[in-house]
Amino acid sequence: MAGTIRILIAKPGLDGHDKGAKVVAQALKDAGMDVIYTGLHQSVEDIVNAALREDVDVVGLSILSGTHLSICEKVIRQMREKGIGHKMVVVGGVIPEHDMPRLREMGVKGVFPNGTTFDAIISFLKENLAGPR
Amino acid sequence: MGVATYVKDGEDIREVILESGIPVKAVYGPEDLEGFDYRADLGDPGEYPFTRGIHKLMYRKTPYTMRQYSGFGTPRETNERFKFLIGQGQTGLNVAFDLPTQMGLDSDDPMAEGDVGRVGMAVDSLRDFEEAFRDIPLDRIGSGLTINAVASIMLAMYQVVAEKYGYGPDVISATPQNDILKEMVGRGMWIFPVDSSIRLIGDTIEYSAKYLPRTNPVSVCGYHIRESGATPAQEIAYAFGIATTYIDHVLERGLLIDEFVHRFSFNLDIYGNFFEQIAKFRAARRMWAKMIKERYDAKNPRSLWFRMLAGGGGGGLTKEQPEINIVRSAYYAMISALSGTQTMALCSYDEAYTIPTPKAALISLRTMQLLLEEVGIRDTVDPLGGSYYVEWLTNTVEKKIDEEMKRVEAAGGMARAVETGYVQKEVAKQAYLFEKALQERTKIKVGVNKYVMEEEPHKVELHGYDPTVADEQIRKLGELKRTRDNRKVGQTLKDLEGAARDNRNVMPYLVACIKEYATLGEMTGVFKQVFGEFKEPSIF
Repeated sequence: MAGTIRILIAKPGLDGHDKGAKVVAQALKDAGMDVIYTGLHQSVEDIVNAALREDVDVVGLSILSGTHLSICEKVIRQMREKGIGHKMVVVGGVIPEHDMPRLREMGVKGVFPNGTTFDAIISFLKENLAGPR
Repeated sequence: MGVATYVKDGEDIREVILESGIPVKAVYGPEDLEGFDYRADLGDPGEYPFTRGIHKLMYRKTPYTMRQYSGFGTPRETNERFKFLIGQGQTGLNVAFDLPTQMGLDSDDPMAEGDVGRVGMAVDSLRDFEEAFRDIPLDRIGSGLTINAVASIMLAMYQVVAEKYGYGPDVISATPQNDILKEMVGRGMWIFPVDSSIRLIGDTIEYSAKYLPRTNPVSVCGYHIRESGATPAQEIAYAFGIATTYIDHVLERGLLIDEFVHRFSFNLDIYGNFFEQIAKFRAARRMWAKMIKERYDAKNPRSLWFRMLAGGGGGGLTKEQPEINIVRSAYYAMISALSGTQTMALCSYDEAYTIPTPKAALISLRTMQLLLEEVGIRDTVDPLGGSYYVEWLTNTVEKKIDEEMKRVEAAGGMARAVETGYVQKEVAKQAYLFEKALQERTKIKVGVNKYVMEEEPHKVELHGYDPTVADEQIRKLGELKRTRDNRKVGQTLKDLEGAARDNRNVMPYLVACIKEYATLGEMTGVFKQVFGEFKEPSIF
């Protein structure tokens, strides 16, 4: 039986637009998940450390500033280095379509550009995290 | 976004509830304005309580200032864009800074990596301002500076660069945003703790009152609070809570209300229900005048003027079918003009994706010009004044704003309500409810949840990010640090630290640092050392 999904919602970098992160955090909470929100201005290291400390199943990055490619790459690299490379990484925000293949290539499991419904995010997480953890 | 909730009976509308929680009837008449008193409730334009506008002749005499948000990459590129917009008839600048600059970080800071010059211009020192404002007539063109946590530093830098180009402090007109409480609620570009941040704002207000008579040291932003999810009534209530926090702080320093409050301005949002926004602005103008007169006992009529930039509307624009945003923005512009704004700026149709391309910025500018010069919006003042619906709605929105203000007071006043996260929680709740309503289609957004097109007909052109901008900034910064007089820089920074610690006004000390080419990061570093940093309250 699957336990409760634990997700870290993180705001990497300097961008302060956190409406999306907060709204999605609330929706996931309402869907019964354990949500930890990092708050703003997090370095990649802060985020990976929080993921380790909180022992989450998923790291959800909210990026609206256009820096998604380099940030996702760094997060995934550091997660591997710290032994949690098997945890799922998803990203939401202002993500142009042409960047999606590259994000998937580097190991981002789910990409949710703005406009994605709560239902789509919730069912994605439930489907992809099925089974015991 | 920002549309009302509709309860329908088949295709008939049975019930309408505006975002601020106001039910609206199908028809309004004289019975809805019982006790209405023209002199007391409206007054002529230019007369107390200024519901109809702060000037007698409004746009007949002074058209709204058109001020598109611009600035990106290097100061040189920004300078070119400024000149282009001025050449096209724009009458004020609205400067965008990149995120590291807004966070007080130099371009070579590790946290700045990937963000240098991305969403605005990168500024490390006076050298960058010298490039950005070269050949701009700073006595004629006013500049909005979209900067908050380090607004004191940027205002000082603006004064120094203007002086260098021959414009004295008495002729320049800067409007730094300088509203830190709204950053803590909505936009996230905060650095220092609440009380120290308010003190820095107090320093800029006090300094401007004495030395920069044409500068507007604070632009209180309901805008970003609404963009973060607040209702129109909350937008104004929180903006008023913020403004009075700054006022109370400055009064404690011994200044008189009439010495500074006339330089306050407001930056407010225009997307949403057409009439609710117009009522919001009219109500806000009246409430502000009454509050400044009655609570603060101001004597100068100018102190009672609610001067506003009503613009943007980014929250209303969509990524879907982006060219429809041109039409949306035109309606927003009309809201703004019908509300008697002093300054207008529109988000460009591609802004949901990217920094506006020159073409998109030009369309926005033309939209505002067309409204003024082609369709008669400037012919008569407050043309909606006296409408049963508009006057009833203005009264009703006023009551809603008042209720929200009382909630903030009950939460300990704005500064404490932000420190504890009360306001952030309210705004996040509202954002969530709104997004849910869109997804459940109880609120309609054209192109998003109705009239959706599977294949998007138009693709927007993206403003590319050039990573060499960062290399160039970092190179220039390195060169600066080698060539300036580092002993003098060290001394001015030490003096700044002393002033910050001893509660002396930091502005003259910042001017001294800037003249020696101290960097933004160095000056911010001094403040961080003395003040510490804001700790975001957890709201989950």
